[in-house]
Amino acid sequence: MEALSNRKKVLEQKPMNFWERIYLPAIFQGMAITFRHMFKKKETIYYPEVQREFSENWRGMHSLKRDEDGRERCTACGLCALSCPAEAITMVAAERKKGEEALYREEKYAAVYEINMLRCIFCGLCEEACPKEAIYLDGPIVPSDYLRKDFIYGKDKLVEQPFNSKA
Amino acid sequence: MEIAFVLEKFVFITVIFALSLVVAMYSTLAERKIAAFLQDRVGPNRAGPGGMFQPLADGVKMFLKEEIIPTQSSKFLFIAGPSLAILTACIGSAVIPWGQDVVLFGKTIALQATDINVGILYIFGVVSLGVYGVMIGGWASNNKFSLMGAIRAASQNISYEIPMGLSIIALLLLTNSLSLKDIAEQQHGFNWNVFYQPLGFLIFLICSFAETNRTPFDLPECETELVGGYHTEYSSMKLGFYLFAEYINMFVSSAVMATLYFGGYNYPGMDFVNSLIGPTWGPLLGMGVLFLKIFAFIFFFMWVRWTIPRFRYDQLMNLGWKVLIPLAIANIVLTGVVIALVNKF
Repeated sequence: MEALSNRKKVLEQKPMNFWERIYLPAIFQGMAITFRHMFKKKETIYYPEVQREFSENWRGMHSLKRDEDGRERCTACGLCALSCPAEAITMVAAERKKGEEALYREEKYAAVYEINMLRCIFCGLCEEACPKEAIYLDGPIVPSDYLRKDFIYGKDKLVEQPFNSKA
Repeated sequence: MEIAFVLEKFVFITVIFALSLVVAMYSTLAERKIAAFLQDRVGPNRAGPGGMFQPLADGVKMFLKEEIIPTQSSKFLFIAGPSLAILTACIGSAVIPWGQDVVLFGKTIALQATDINVGILYIFGVVSLGVYGVMIGGWASNNKFSLMGAIRAASQNISYEIPMGLSIIALLLLTNSLSLKDIAEQQHGFNWNVFYQPLGFLIFLICSFAETNRTPFDLPECETELVGGYHTEYSSMKLGFYLFAEYINMFVSSAVMATLYFGGYNYPGMDFVNSLIGPTWGPLLGMGVLFLKIFAFIFFFMWVRWTIPRFRYDQLMNLGWKVLIPLAIANIVLTGVVIALVNKF
């Protein structure tokens, strides 16, 4: 049969000659290679002190956004929780009281908003589902911890700080 | 006088023992560092400055691990295995001459635990005992992988002891003495045995890789085939003893190689240096030189480990029986003929 491309190479396996059979030249060759690597530049990034630059479409920890007046954008519609394939998001909705207009943008808001970071797969579907542009995965790497309960992030960790951090 | 002698020996042996343990301890760090450097990484660097306390951290971790003795194992032998391994590793350094006689506090002290006249045979005996620790451990674990590892260790050590012994015979033709002290003294200055026995040294080097179970001959603990080899079932400090014994063995065999072939504590121009700095610091400097050689060998062991892949079992046996033994015998014949000719003319 004719080859589709000419990239195929047939490898010939010849029996080893004398110098190959005594191994030593090959061993010295290999050792020279590894010795040269001792003086090469190390590829290591000292992680906690130095961070690798994230790419533009990096998806890290979630943050719940505020609008230009510093009000929480989330209206607790539940579309993010519905879209979440890992079922990592839960929320409890509440109605905005009089006098809270400066805190919440919509009349309904999330009183409790929790993401289980152990379940989350960082797919970004919540980001896509959100009609209010309230959730983005633009944070850093989620830090490690010892207890499972500490991976359930509430609003205290998720909501972004107001611009003029008076509150 | 007797008590002073006993005390002197006791102190010296304690120092040497502590020194070999410390060297073995820091070999574990050196191994990881060298592995890292050869692979363009930086290695452990968190425990202490530059990872200095990593061996201590490893030791603490080993001690704190749960100690598991399999219920189906033979309990006595299971404990005897690692004990024997570490014991034989530690007593090997007793006959190595660390330096010339040193004058310390107005007393002449021999820098050698004991100068027995069959020093080389003692080393060989201890090294061949070392495989019993591995075999007993592998047998007592009552685990197929452990047993396979133990069988491999036994057959490998037996196969490689023969060319090792034969390569030594050629050396003994030159030195006419089995005492390591004599052999070291004969290599005074730059008169090292490696220049007369390059082939013998090569054979001895390859065999010592096999004897210490180091890559490319680390089939007894071949992870890809045998889980962990003979120490599959071991945990906690008993595992630590096995791993530690390997590093002490490496230290001792480096010391033996340096003494037999690379002049031990001798270095070019040592007479001049000795006359310059006196009978106290001269021999101590020689000891430092010996340690430099030992470290160079340990580095070589590690360098080879991170370069060469593991041999297949049949390749290992082929190399041992079909290549090294004939070569070693040829080396003996050649050496004998040359010595006879030199003596005649």
